[in-house]
Amino acid sequence: MLAYIARRLLATVPVMTVVAVFVFAMLRLTPGDPAAIIAGAAATSQDIVLIRQKLGLDRPIVSQFFIWVAHLLSGDFGESFFYKKQVAELIADRVGPTLALATLTMALSIVISVPLGVLAAYRQGTWVDRIVMGFSVLGFSVPVFVIGYSLIYVFSIRLNWLPVQGYQPMSEGFAGFVQRLVLPSVTLSVIYIALIARITRTSVLEVLNEDYIRTARAKGLTDRVVLMRHALRNAAVPIVTVIGLGIALLIGGVVVTESVFSIPGLGRLTVDAVLARDYPTVQAVILLFSLVYVLINLLVDVSYPLLDPRIRY
Amino acid sequence: MLNLRSLKPALLATTAALAAMLAMVGAEAQNTLQVQPTLRVVKHSDLKIVDPIWTTAYITRDHGYMIYDTLFATDANNQIKPQMVEKFDVSADKLTYTFTLRPGLLWHDGKPVTAEDCVASIKRWGAKDAMGQKMMSFVKGMPVVDARTFQMVLSTPTGLVLTALGKPSSAVPFMMPKRVAETSPNEQISDYTGSGPFVFKKDEWKPGDKAVYVKFDKYKPRAEPPSGLAGGKVAKVDRVEWRVVADQQTAVNALIAGEIDFIEQPSHDLLPILRNDPNIKLVDWNPLGNQYAFRFNVTAKPFDNVKIRQALLYAFNQQDFLQATIGDKQYYKVCKALFVCGTPLASEKGMDGLLESNFVKAQALLKEGGYDGTPIVLMHSTDLQVLTNLAPVAKSLMEKAGFKVDMQSMDWQTVVARRAKKDPPTQGGWHAFITSWVSADILNPVSTAFLNASCDKALFGWPCDAQLEKLRDDFAREPDPAKQKAIAEAVQVRWTQYPTHIPLGQWYQPGASRKNVDGYVVAPASVFWNISKTGK
Repeated sequence: MLAYIARRLLATVPVMTVVAVFVFAMLRLTPGDPAAIIAGAAATSQDIVLIRQKLGLDRPIVSQFFIWVAHLLSGDFGESFFYKKQVAELIADRVGPTLALATLTMALSIVISVPLGVLAAYRQGTWVDRIVMGFSVLGFSVPVFVIGYSLIYVFSIRLNWLPVQGYQPMSEGFAGFVQRLVLPSVTLSVIYIALIARITRTSVLEVLNEDYIRTARAKGLTDRVVLMRHALRNAAVPIVTVIGLGIALLIGGVVVTESVFSIPGLGRLTVDAVLARDYPTVQAVILLFSLVYVLINLLVDVSYPLLDPRIRY
Repeated sequence: MLNLRSLKPALLATTAALAAMLAMVGAEAQNTLQVQPTLRVVKHSDLKIVDPIWTTAYITRDHGYMIYDTLFATDANNQIKPQMVEKFDVSADKLTYTFTLRPGLLWHDGKPVTAEDCVASIKRWGAKDAMGQKMMSFVKGMPVVDARTFQMVLSTPTGLVLTALGKPSSAVPFMMPKRVAETSPNEQISDYTGSGPFVFKKDEWKPGDKAVYVKFDKYKPRAEPPSGLAGGKVAKVDRVEWRVVADQQTAVNALIAGEIDFIEQPSHDLLPILRNDPNIKLVDWNPLGNQYAFRFNVTAKPFDNVKIRQALLYAFNQQDFLQATIGDKQYYKVCKALFVCGTPLASEKGMDGLLESNFVKAQALLKEGGYDGTPIVLMHSTDLQVLTNLAPVAKSLMEKAGFKVDMQSMDWQTVVARRAKKDPPTQGGWHAFITSWVSADILNPVSTAFLNASCDKALFGWPCDAQLEKLRDDFAREPDPAKQKAIAEAVQVRWTQYPTHIPLGQWYQPGASRKNVDGYVVAPASVFWNISKTGK
């Protein structure tokens, strides 16, 4: 297993290299000039040229790439064109809100969706099943921002229970921290609840027709033990795969949710940086997201043997 | 079959955990939503750059007004008034201005503001700002007389000194400590010490989230009441937070819920919601408003031909643009004057028959100019609500006049980058785009950047006209306001013969405020002195 993990970790190097080249090239090919944006509306062409020189954008693209890579290898993500802050510092400021939102969203999604999926499988064809699957279709179909605005209208504007927007770090009070994450997490989790509940139902349904389930029942085990110990565990591999994919997809989901709820996380940083053509920030954030994606995939793969002893690496 | 009861403990536990979490946060929610002695504001954009000389971005200009002060300022009647200056006099030959600072002015680090600081600040601003450069072209020297007094010695008389030092909008000549002002104008400053009514909390500045300012206790305001950007700048709240809420609907919801106190620029389509809320009021903080402008690239055929540009002066009408974008007549005004209706230099001289969609005349001019059907590359900005609908209107009117139009949609930042390119329109260049100016930036021929017709040195579009430039120079040299007005009219008439851009009408942007916040200063920039917040 250790050898497998080591091999997979080594394999991230070429993956990240390809990502780095791709991101760098895409940004340079995208229309837009950070120097013109920085200079403002009344800037002359000469002003823009001076800023471009200052940012090093007047150098050949290949030269810019190697300078960036050299800095990257020494752990330096560079300085944001706009904020005059180190990109690493900007990212560090923004990781907290995104991590909190993602964690709470996935926790909420798993806690709700897995029991719902199991329930729907066990009550296949009944009203329970239909309600769960109906919710699932709805969860897939309704855009995140519609759910977000609807929740804000009900819980913040009409009932005044929860704040409309913003983020409070845990260090400034746990209650405030949770209070500001409830609506964004619920909003974002709807689609994952729908996704995971559906996969859980399908996987559990497949397993429930297996001989060993009949054997378990014949032994006189209760439905709950059959379900939790025998059915769910054997159905876990596809469910964990989907949860892993869900975490990766979450990276895209937080962009919209962070905008709707004004959470200063990595999603918002990415959007702002792209709109402003802040190359160093976009490059660093995309590299970070790619790394997270690769590592989550690795974790999912590593979890398979733990869930199904038949799987060996 | 599974009995639902077998899952009951798990469901109950989950429900109880969620309920407990909500109950726990509910109590704090009520506390958090209480009124706090802080003014929370949603500005028009995120504060990214904090050097108001280095960039002309309006958000950075507004940041400048928070923490810096100015020697002179424009009041509510568009008159230039002393601000940091206690007194000034002009020699009989109009070649020497002597400025004396008010006593007791301090920087945020407690050191006194000196004449040397001001001279260094004027030099840095004068090297960067277009109007500052023009003013400095008349300046022979700025000798320091004593700690509070300095002079500006001119080579020839000009009426530009006070107008430039008191200019209200980007780039404003903000005063900085000498050590800061000695930074190259092409480098950003990193020391944010000012002498204005608020202190910038660098440690609390989180780009993309908030910028924080606290009251400067030792600020010495003028005794006069505030008037425009002049008069007493009294900070009446201890703390001002500029919150970044990128989504307009969320900002409006937060205002309704009382989480923020003021939105500087709510989009026009959301104004009816705000108007109907009993706790919200709309604030007309900038009655000068803004002016839409269609900009030609005169280096690209066929707009190198004056006749073809003039055809558009006849083809366009302002009403169509304003109605399509702003909609509510309360928030727009048809105004042909180049220098903004309601201001001293406003005039309609030379504008008879123009901007009235006279397509017959436009077609005749196209024929006279030999228009060969070259498609006009019109850049269409799609992501800024106040600009989005303008280009389609322009396309429609241009086609009615006989133009072929290739309208290319892109985000605003792409427009910004592309407009700097002089490449042919078919190879990544452009013919025209539409933008908006804050009216305070276009009050006279010198400050109106689109009138700069100095060829390669001019703003993107690069108009090149010696007559226009001479008239702008004449304006800069003329100290008599009545004669300045006559020159401004001559500029406008010349502009009809050599169009550099086309004004597409004035529009106004109200702010939205909670009703418990009062004292908004009516000015071309959104400022936060004189504002008080009481109760909920």
